[in-house]
Amino acid sequence: CVMGNDWMALSPCSKRNGFEYPDLSQHNNHMAKVLTPEMYANLRDKETSSGFGVDDVIQTGVDNPGHPFIMTVGCVAGDEETYEVFKDLLDPIIEDRHGGYKPTDKHKTDLNPENLQGGDDLDPNYVLSSRVRTGRSIRGFCLPPHCSRGERRAIENLAVEGLSSLEGEFKGKYYALKNMTEEEQQQLIDDHFLFDKPVSPLLLASGMARDWPDARGIWHNDDKTFLVWVNEEDHLRVISMQKGGNMREVFTRFCTGLTKIESLFKEKGHEFMWNEHLGYVLTCPSNLGTGLRGGVHVKLPNLSKHQSFGEILKKLRLQKRGTGGVDTAAVGGTFDISNADRLGFSEVELVQMVVDGVKLLVEMEKRLEAGQSIDDLMPEQK
Amino acid sequence: MASNFARILSSKRNVGILSLVGAGSLSVGFFLTREQYVSAGAQVRRLYPASADYPDLRKHNNCMASHLTPALYAKLCDKATPNGFTLDQAIQTGVDNPGHPFIKTVGMVAGDEESYEVFADLFDPVIKERHNGYNARIMKHPTDLESSKIRGGQFDDNYVLSSRVRTGRSIRGLSLPPACTRAERRDVERVVISALAGLKGNLAGKYYSLTEMTEKEQQQLIDDHFLFDKPVSPLLTCAGMARDWPDARGIWHNNEKTFLVWVNEEDHTRVISMEKGGNMKRVFERFCRGLQEVEHLIQEKGWEFMWNEHLGYILTCPSNLGTGLRAGVHIKLPRLSKDPRFPKILDNLRLQKRGTGGVDTAAVGSTFDISNLDRLGQSEVQLVQTVIDGVNYLIECEKRLEKGQDIKIPAPISQFK
Repeated sequence: CVMGNDWMALSPCSKRNGFEYPDLSQHNNHMAKVLTPEMYANLRDKETSSGFGVDDVIQTGVDNPGHPFIMTVGCVAGDEETYEVFKDLLDPIIEDRHGGYKPTDKHKTDLNPENLQGGDDLDPNYVLSSRVRTGRSIRGFCLPPHCSRGERRAIENLAVEGLSSLEGEFKGKYYALKNMTEEEQQQLIDDHFLFDKPVSPLLLASGMARDWPDARGIWHNDDKTFLVWVNEEDHLRVISMQKGGNMREVFTRFCTGLTKIESLFKEKGHEFMWNEHLGYVLTCPSNLGTGLRGGVHVKLPNLSKHQSFGEILKKLRLQKRGTGGVDTAAVGGTFDISNADRLGFSEVELVQMVVDGVKLLVEMEKRLEAGQSIDDLMPEQK
Repeated sequence: MASNFARILSSKRNVGILSLVGAGSLSVGFFLTREQYVSAGAQVRRLYPASADYPDLRKHNNCMASHLTPALYAKLCDKATPNGFTLDQAIQTGVDNPGHPFIKTVGMVAGDEESYEVFADLFDPVIKERHNGYNARIMKHPTDLESSKIRGGQFDDNYVLSSRVRTGRSIRGLSLPPACTRAERRDVERVVISALAGLKGNLAGKYYSLTEMTEKEQQQLIDDHFLFDKPVSPLLTCAGMARDWPDARGIWHNNEKTFLVWVNEEDHTRVISMEKGGNMKRVFERFCRGLQEVEHLIQEKGWEFMWNEHLGYILTCPSNLGTGLRAGVHIKLPRLSKDPRFPKILDNLRLQKRGTGGVDTAAVGSTFDISNLDRLGQSEVQLVQTVIDGVNYLIECEKRLEKGQDIKIPAPISQFK
């Protein structure tokens, strides 16, 4: 018989870890920088209790070599335990991605909007809209790369149950992707709320689009200022947004909404994945800590052409994107400006940086409009 | 034995080993009965009852969706092959690709040879639907690569522009593209190119690894229409066969550019014999000779192809079981293709038309790709003879229409000989 012993004799090298090690010679992502053959061999025998192994963690990074200019993470978590079981791989990646964050560092969570100073007076002539987003994972369930259909549906049920009991400014409605009417779909597209099946190979390669659109949906309040995505890249993505520059109001609604949702979950015996080292645990290591991206769409036609624009943003710990979101180009001098950090700073601290930073950027823009210098406004490194 | 366990313990998603029935049973492989096989496979740990995990197939039109009832899902969902391949993995492509009302795809793949046994309760009805009622439990599939049995097979070059025969082969003992690890895929590459290096005479050739080919080699392969790219079809990517691209993928072809092998694309190997013009007989001779020599060369090293007497050659997609053979021509049929009887004629001849870009493309001008419909239940010789006889008939029809004469729809030929 050819199975069993004969096969093993013919192919003993298959079982040697060296032959499983991925070819990362063309790769430029955090995983490829960190994963040596020795590390791979050590991690190869491990898996989390739900069966997520190192090959699952790194598949997206193997399949997407990356770009010389843009350093992607190249890893995902399949469950909360991934960050423990594969800490030898993930800790150095986290350190590199999050500005030197050490395995012993502690992360502060602060969702008290009272601690934010100012933020209600960003000039609406320049600041077109304000938005804060984060993610949340429900403890005890596997994450999108790994969850079964049953788990994903359970997450959807819990989310919908919790969200449907929200009241006042948070009263809203859930639209399941697979059940929505054509009319509902068009409205959600017009509101820029609808998310599609991911097309980015970074996401597809990790397995998070399996079974689409089963158990995926969008919930939003009647005012259309508070939005929750269910089972896209994370269990929940929570977004607070509105036109204009009142970031304070956006952040207040964000914190209030999140806190309410968390207590609703706790009533049902569920909590969010969180620990004092990594903060909120999400699918991608880049979103650990606060998972928070707070930003504005702001018109900076003059400043964006200034030679020091990049440097200024860096000093302010801000990041620019096009108005279509990540990996898009700016349109007509209007940029998406948001915090660059996620981990090692609290939510209040990050939004404070956005508020203070954008205020300065608008001031600089006004100076340049008037033909004046901005040299005296140059910030220190935050 | 230890290696088998090590692989199961460190294998892919969703497999937690609760119990293995008898250490000895895993090594006995093929000689188990189907019931023993199913119970000897690994158990999958599930957090939820089957009903919570059963996929929503209400909008689906593929063979898997037609046959996977909730009861069948419940029966099979906690089974895994000895390599750890699960039902959820087998059906993922069918869940993710609901299909089209007009085109019925298969909707499931095998991750290894054992998949067809462990999940037979689902594969069997899918095979039956896809292969004209073929009953895999009791029917036997004939394999015949004696090309000397072919009658005729030299077409009129005024009509037939090129002739081609393709199939696939899998290396026994290594997992298939949806499930293989990087080491297994590299083993497939190593075994296959070592065998191909032993080919001589007009079969002698060279291997071009996708990871190592030069820009010049790449351009030449593109110009020759040999280069294959990373799959973009979601039917393939959802099944996991594009993982780790382009690691251990490559193209081998003979110096004459008439015999070509793809390594680790949708199957371990795809073997293609082709040439310009209408000499299908010679194309098939070379096809058979090349396949038999490659088989001989891998056997010298202690390997063999996946094959059994019910399913013939085992490939990733159930649609390619049996012979895995598609023999076809690029043929100009300007008049016949406009005749409303064309589809019925093709149907009765057990032929299929495609555009000249291959599956899911449209015809250009009135040049069509015409090939056999069937794969399983008839031998290679029988299927190629069917194509030869059928194409001759089509050419006859075209000639008659040229002369203003009428044509007839032929009687349907029987499917299982």
